[in-house]
Amino acid sequence: MDITAASGTAIAPAARAVEVIGTDLTERSLRRYLEGIAGVDAVGLEARAAGLGTRSIKKESKAWALDKVISLIDLTTLEGADTPGKVRSLAAKAKVPDANDLSTPQVAAVCVYGDMVPYAVTALGAAHAGARSDGGGVNVAAVATAFPSGRASRSVKLADTVDAVAAGADEIDMVIDRGAFLSGRYGQVFDEIVAVKEACKRVDGSYAHLKVILETGELSTYDNVRRASWLAILAGGDFIKTSTGKVSPAATLPVTLSMLEVVRDWHRLTGEQVGVKPAGGIRTSKDAIKYLVTVAETVGEEWLQPHLFRFGASSLLNDVLLQRQKLATGHYSGSSYVTID
Amino acid sequence: MSPARLTVPKTYKLYIGGKFPRSESGRVYEVTSRKGTFMANVAKASRKDARDAVLAARAAVSGWSGATGYNRGQVLYRIAELLDGRRAQFSAEIARAEGVSAAAADAQVDEAIDLWVWYAGWADKYVQVAGNANPVSGPFFNLSTPEPTGVVAVVAPQGAGQGSGSLLGFVRAVAPALVSGNTAVVIPNEQAPLSALSLAEVLATSDVPAGVVNILSGSAAEIAPWLAGHADVNAVDLLGAGELEWVDLQIAAAETLKRVSPPESGPDAGAPSVERITFFTETKTVWHTKGLL
Repeated sequence: MDITAASGTAIAPAARAVEVIGTDLTERSLRRYLEGIAGVDAVGLEARAAGLGTRSIKKESKAWALDKVISLIDLTTLEGADTPGKVRSLAAKAKVPDANDLSTPQVAAVCVYGDMVPYAVTALGAAHAGARSDGGGVNVAAVATAFPSGRASRSVKLADTVDAVAAGADEIDMVIDRGAFLSGRYGQVFDEIVAVKEACKRVDGSYAHLKVILETGELSTYDNVRRASWLAILAGGDFIKTSTGKVSPAATLPVTLSMLEVVRDWHRLTGEQVGVKPAGGIRTSKDAIKYLVTVAETVGEEWLQPHLFRFGASSLLNDVLLQRQKLATGHYSGSSYVTID
Repeated sequence: MSPARLTVPKTYKLYIGGKFPRSESGRVYEVTSRKGTFMANVAKASRKDARDAVLAARAAVSGWSGATGYNRGQVLYRIAELLDGRRAQFSAEIARAEGVSAAAADAQVDEAIDLWVWYAGWADKYVQVAGNANPVSGPFFNLSTPEPTGVVAVVAPQGAGQGSGSLLGFVRAVAPALVSGNTAVVIPNEQAPLSALSLAEVLATSDVPAGVVNILSGSAAEIAPWLAGHADVNAVDLLGAGELEWVDLQIAAAETLKRVSPPESGPDAGAPSVERITFFTETKTVWHTKGLL
C-alpha cells in the first residue's frame, strides 16, 4: 500500500482522538501526533522495572497481595483443543478457586475463544457478572478479531466480535494488525479499533469492554509499544493488553511499565482511566506481586481494581493458591493440592 | 626461588536442580577440620532454598522414574566411574574433615564407590525381588510391583569422625532412594559437608538428570522441619536425624501421610540393603483378565 497517497485520507472520528488531535483527523495528522511522542529511555525503563521488582513484601502485605492478585486474574484457556467441558471446569475454578478455603476471592473473569462464550456464560450461571446487579461476579471475556494473528479481513474480524458479544461476552480482547502498524499504516490500525469498538455495542446500547492487544513481542522496540499504546487509547480502547500469550516474549515488567506510563499520562491529560492487562508468561506469585508494585508506583493504588488492571494467566492462579495455603497452614503446599489446569 | 603462591580457597555452594546456587538468604557458615582449622565457607540453606529444592526434585520425578531400570542402573554406575577418577580429592577432604588417616579415608572412598556399583546393580532387579504375582480366585492375572514414591527428603548421617564417615554416610543415605526412581532433597552432614558437596560436582558431570539429587548444606535442625511438613514431599528418611527433635519431624510428616524411615546410629547406620530401596516405594497392583480359551 502506498503510504504517501493514503496519508491525506480521513480516519474514523473517534471522540478521544478528536479531542486530543483536533477535528482535522487524517492519517497524516495521526502519524504526526504518534511520531511526535518522545522516545522511551530503554535503559532507564529497564532499570526502573528491575528496581520495582526488588521490593520485599512482608507477611500481612503478602496475604493482601495474593488475594488482590486472584481478584485481578483473567483465568484463561485459549487452546485449539478447548472443549465445552474444559470451559466448564475453568468456570467452576473461577467461581471457587480453592474448594478447601471458601474465603478465597473469585477471579475477575474467564477468558475464552468466541465460540466458547455460551458455555462459559451457562457454567458461571448466577456467578456471572451479567446475571447480577451488585457489580460483583465473574465476567466472561472473549478473544476476537482472528486471534491470535489478526490475519483476516475486516468483515471477518467484525463478525467475530459481534458474535461473541451477542453470545454474552462482557469483554472483548482484540488484536491489532501488527503488520499494518509496523509498516506505518497507523490509520488502518486506528480505524479497525474504532470499528471493533462499535461492534462491541449491545442491543441495549451499552458496550462490551474492549481490550486492545498490542502483541508487544512483535513490536520490537519500547518506542513502538508506547506509540501503539497511544494509538489504542486514542481509538477508544478501554484496556491495553500486552500480548496474546502465543508469542514469546509475552508480558515483561518493562513493557508493562511503559504501557502504565502511557495510561498515567493519558489520565493526566484527560482525567480518563484506561486499564492495563499484562498477559502471558506470568506464572508465579512473586512475579505477579512485582506487577502490583509497579502499578501502585506508576499510576497509583486505585488502579488495582478489576476494571483497571488484569492479569491474563492460566497457571498463575495455582501458584497463588499454593502460596495462600502456605500462609494458612504454615507449611509448604504442593501441586497435588490444587486442581489441574 | 619463586614467590609463594596464594591459596585459592573455595566456597562450597548448594546443589539445586543441577545448578550450584548460593543460598537465597546469602548466608554461609565456616567448616573446620577436625583439628579446628578453617577449611571452607559453605552456603547455609534457608527454608526457601528447601522449597526451591523440592520444586526441582518434583520436576525431575517423571523423567527419572520414567527411565528404565536398566538405564537408571547405567547412570548410577557412571557416578561410581567418575567418583573413582577423583578419589584423591575426596580422600584428602575426608582425612582433613574427619581427622582420620589417609588409609582410612581411602578405604571410605573405595567403599562409597563400591556402594554406588552395588546399588546400580539393583536398579533393574529390585522389581523382580519385591514384586510378585498374587494368587486370586478368579480368571485374572494379579501382579504387584513396586513404584517409586516420588520426592524423598533425606537427613544424611551427622557428626565429624563418627558413624561410617561423611562421604559413605551420604551415599548410604541417598543411593537407595534413587534406585527405584525417586528424587531426593538431602541435608548432608552439617559438620563435614564438603565431601557431599564435592559429590554434587560428580553428579552434575555424570548423567544424573538435573533435580534428581538436590543438596542443602546448613543446619539440619533448621531445614528438616520445613521438608518434613512440605506437602509435596512423599517420604522422609530420618537416617541421620537422631540428634534432632525427630519425633516432631515424624508428627509433621504424618500430616500429609509421608513414609518416614527412622534414625539409625553407629557405623552400620544405613547399611546397604534391599529394604532401603523398597522402603521408598508404593505397591501398584494390576488385575488383568486371563484368556478363557
